Amino acid sequence: MKQFKFPMRYVPISATILVFFIVYLIGIICFDNFGSPKVFMNLFLNYAYLGIAVIGTALVILTGGIDLSVGSVIAFTSILIAKMINTGCNALVAIALALVIGILFGMLQGWLIHNFSLPPFLVTLAGMFFIRGCGFIVSEESLSIQNDPVFSFIQDNLTITLAKGLHLRFIVMLYIAVLIIAVIFSQRTRAGRSIYAIGDNELAATLMGIPVGRTKIMTYTIAGFCSALAGVVYAIYLKAGNPLNCVGLEMDAIAAVVIGGTLLTGGVGYVFGSLFGVLVLGLIQTLIQFNGHINSWWTRIIVGLLVLAFIFMQNLITKISKSKSKSH
Amino acid sequence: MNKSSNKFRHLVWPLVSLALLLLFNAIFTDNFFKVEIKKVDSVQESVRDQIPEIPDELTGTAAEASAKAEAEIQAPAEQPAAKQAPVEQAPAKEGKGVSIFGYYLYGTPIDILNQGAKVMVLAIGMTLVIATGGIDISVGAVMAIAGAIAALLISMLDAGNFPGASMGPAVYWIIPVIAALILATVAGVWNGMLVAGFGIQPMVATLVLMVAGRGVAQLITDGQIITFTNPGLVFLCNGHALFLPFSVWIVVAMYVIFGLLTRKTAFGLFIESVGNNERASRYAGIEARRIKWLAYVICGFCAGVAGLLAASNIKCADSNNAGLNLELDAILATVIGGTSMAGGRFFLSGSLVGAILIQTLTTTMYMKNVSPAIVAVPKAMVVIIVCLLQSPVFRAKVLSIFASKAAKGGVQ
Repeated sequence: MKQFKFPMRYVPISATILVFFIVYLIGIICFDNFGSPKVFMNLFLNYAYLGIAVIGTALVILTGGIDLSVGSVIAFTSILIAKMINTGCNALVAIALALVIGILFGMLQGWLIHNFSLPPFLVTLAGMFFIRGCGFIVSEESLSIQNDPVFSFIQDNLTITLAKGLHLRFIVMLYIAVLIIAVIFSQRTRAGRSIYAIGDNELAATLMGIPVGRTKIMTYTIAGFCSALAGVVYAIYLKAGNPLNCVGLEMDAIAAVVIGGTLLTGGVGYVFGSLFGVLVLGLIQTLIQFNGHINSWWTRIIVGLLVLAFIFMQNLITKISKSKSKSH
Repeated sequence: MNKSSNKFRHLVWPLVSLALLLLFNAIFTDNFFKVEIKKVDSVQESVRDQIPEIPDELTGTAAEASAKAEAEIQAPAEQPAAKQAPVEQAPAKEGKGVSIFGYYLYGTPIDILNQGAKVMVLAIGMTLVIATGGIDISVGAVMAIAGAIAALLISMLDAGNFPGASMGPAVYWIIPVIAALILATVAGVWNGMLVAGFGIQPMVATLVLMVAGRGVAQLITDGQIITFTNPGLVFLCNGHALFLPFSVWIVVAMYVIFGLLTRKTAFGLFIESVGNNERASRYAGIEARRIKWLAYVICGFCAGVAGLLAASNIKCADSNNAGLNLELDAILATVIGGTSMAGGRFFLSGSLVGAILIQTLTTTMYMKNVSPAIVAVPKAMVVIIVCLLQSPVFRAKVLSIFASKAAKGGVQ
C-alpha cells in the first residue's frame, strides 16, 4: 500500500494558510459581519501596497539578502508623485518617473552589494536613510492629490462592481496581477529558479554557472520596482503623499515574508505565501479594530509571536530534513 | 611597520573621517570648538526645565515630533555658539543641570559627546554581538522597554504606591534604574536563548523582539508618554560630574568595564574565536553557545543603559520613539569602527569613534541649519563611503586601477 506523504516543503505554506483560516474563523465566531465579503475585500484594499512591497522583499530574501529600504521608497514615491501633481505635472509622467527612480535605486543597491561584496543589510540600511531623506527634500509636509484627472479616472472607471456595495478596485487588481506575475516568474523562469539556487548555496550556484551577479542585481532591481509600485498604489489609495509614511514598514514586510513561510536564510519558500503573510497581518489588525477595546499594540506583540512560531517551525523542518538526508 | 601601527590600523579611516569633519567645522562653523567653563550656583540647584515639555500631540505624528524633540534638545547647546553675547552674561542660568564640582565644560564638542552617549553605549554591546557573527536589531525596542519601566516605576514611586517610596526621591530613583537594567538584561537573555539556545539565525531571532518590543513598552506605559521630574533620574543624561556630562562618564565606565573584560580576560578571544569559526571553537573546548549567549546578554544590558539615558534626556518615556532607528546607528558605528559584520574581530574603541563620527555629522548638519529629516541623506552617503573604504573588494579594485596605470606608465 502506498502511503500518502505530504512533501516537507509544503508544510510552512500550509501552516500559513491554516493560520489565516483559523484567524478568519475566530473573527467570524467572535464578531457579526466579520465574514461579510466586504471585510474580506477591504483586507485586500488596505494592504495592497504592503502586499506589493512584500513581493519584492520575498524575492530578495529568497536570494539570501535583505531589503530594508522598502518603507522609505514607498514614502519617497508617494510624496514625489504628490509633489509633481501639485506642481501641475501629468500624473502618468509622475508615476512613470517614480517607477524609474525606484528601479534605478534598486539597481544601485544591488550593484553595490554584488560588486563590492558589501553586506545587503548595511547597503539597504543606508539606502533607507538616503531615500527617506530625499523624500523630505521633495517636501517636508504632507501633500494631498486633489482633482487629478488620472487619479479620478482610476477611481471611477477602473473599478469592477462585483455586487452591490462590493467593489474590486484597481489597486487590488494590480496587486493580484503583480502577484501572479511574480509567482510565475519565481517558479517557471530560469531567472526565478536562479534566485532559489543562489539563496540555497551561492558558491554552488556560481560553480554551476548561474550568473549570480546578474541575478542578484536583477532581484534588487525588482525589489526597488515593487517598492516604487507600492508607493504608487499608496498614493492612489490615500490620494496623498507624506514623507513620514511607512516608517518601519520594512519590518512588517519581513514579518509577512516569514509568516508566509519563507526561510530568512534564503532558498526556501514561495512568493505565493507572502499573500497569506500579508493577509494574516491584515486580519490581526482588523480583528483588533473590530474588538475596539484591546490596545492596538497587541498587534505588534501577536505578530512578533507569530514570527517566532514560524521561525521555530522552519527550524524544526530544516532539522528533520537534514536528519532524513543523512539517513538516506 | 611595527606592532603598534597594526594595532591601531582599524582606527585610521574612522579617525581620518572624523578629522575631516572637524576640519570642515573648524573652517565653516563659527565657534564650533569653543568650550566654556561654566559655574553652577549651588550643588543643590535643581534641574531646570529648560528642555521644552514634550506636548501631547507627540503621539500623533510620531517621527516628526521625535525629530522636533531631538532638534529642541540639541538646540540649547547650539544657540550659545550661534549668538555668543547674551549667553556669556548668564552662565549659571543656562546650566544644564546639577554639577558635582560646581564647574562644567560647555560647548558643541561636549554636546556631541553627551548626545552621542546613547549610541556609544549601544555600540559597545553591539560590537560584542557582531563579533560573534551575530546581530541584534532589537536594541531600539529594548531601549523603549527600559525607558518605559523606569518611567512607570518612578511615577508610581512619586505617587507613593510602590515599596521603597519612603526612602525619598533622592534615593529611590535607583529602583527604576535597577528594574530597567534587569528587564533589559532579561531581554538580552531572551535573544541569547533564541540565538544560542535554539540556534535561530540572529537577525531573525532578534526581529521577534524588535517587532514585539515596542508593543510591550506600550503596554507597560499603557500607550501614554510618562513624564518625570525626579532629579536623580534626570541627572543621568542632563547632569554634570567632573567637568563633563554625566552620560560621558557612564560611557567611559562601560568602555573600561567591557574593555577590561574582553582584553584582559580570555572572553574577548573566545568571542573572536566563536565569530571566526563556531564549530572549530567548540572542538577546541570553548563553550561557544555560552559565549554567544553572554554577548547578547551584555548587548541587552547596554541597551538598557542607553534606554535610561534616552528617557533621562527628554525626561519622559516615549515608547513610540525612544531608540527609534538607534539599532541602525549602533550597527553603523560598529561597522565604521572596523568591526567586521562577518564576525571574528572587534574593536570597542573603533565603535566609540564611529558613534562620535555619526553624532558629529548629525550635529554639524543641525548647526548648518539642515532640517533634521534631511540629515539622513548625507549620513547614508558617509556610511556607504566608509563601508566602501573598508571593503577589501573595493580596495583591491581601486588598487588594481592604480596598479594598471602604473604598469602602463612603466612600459611607456
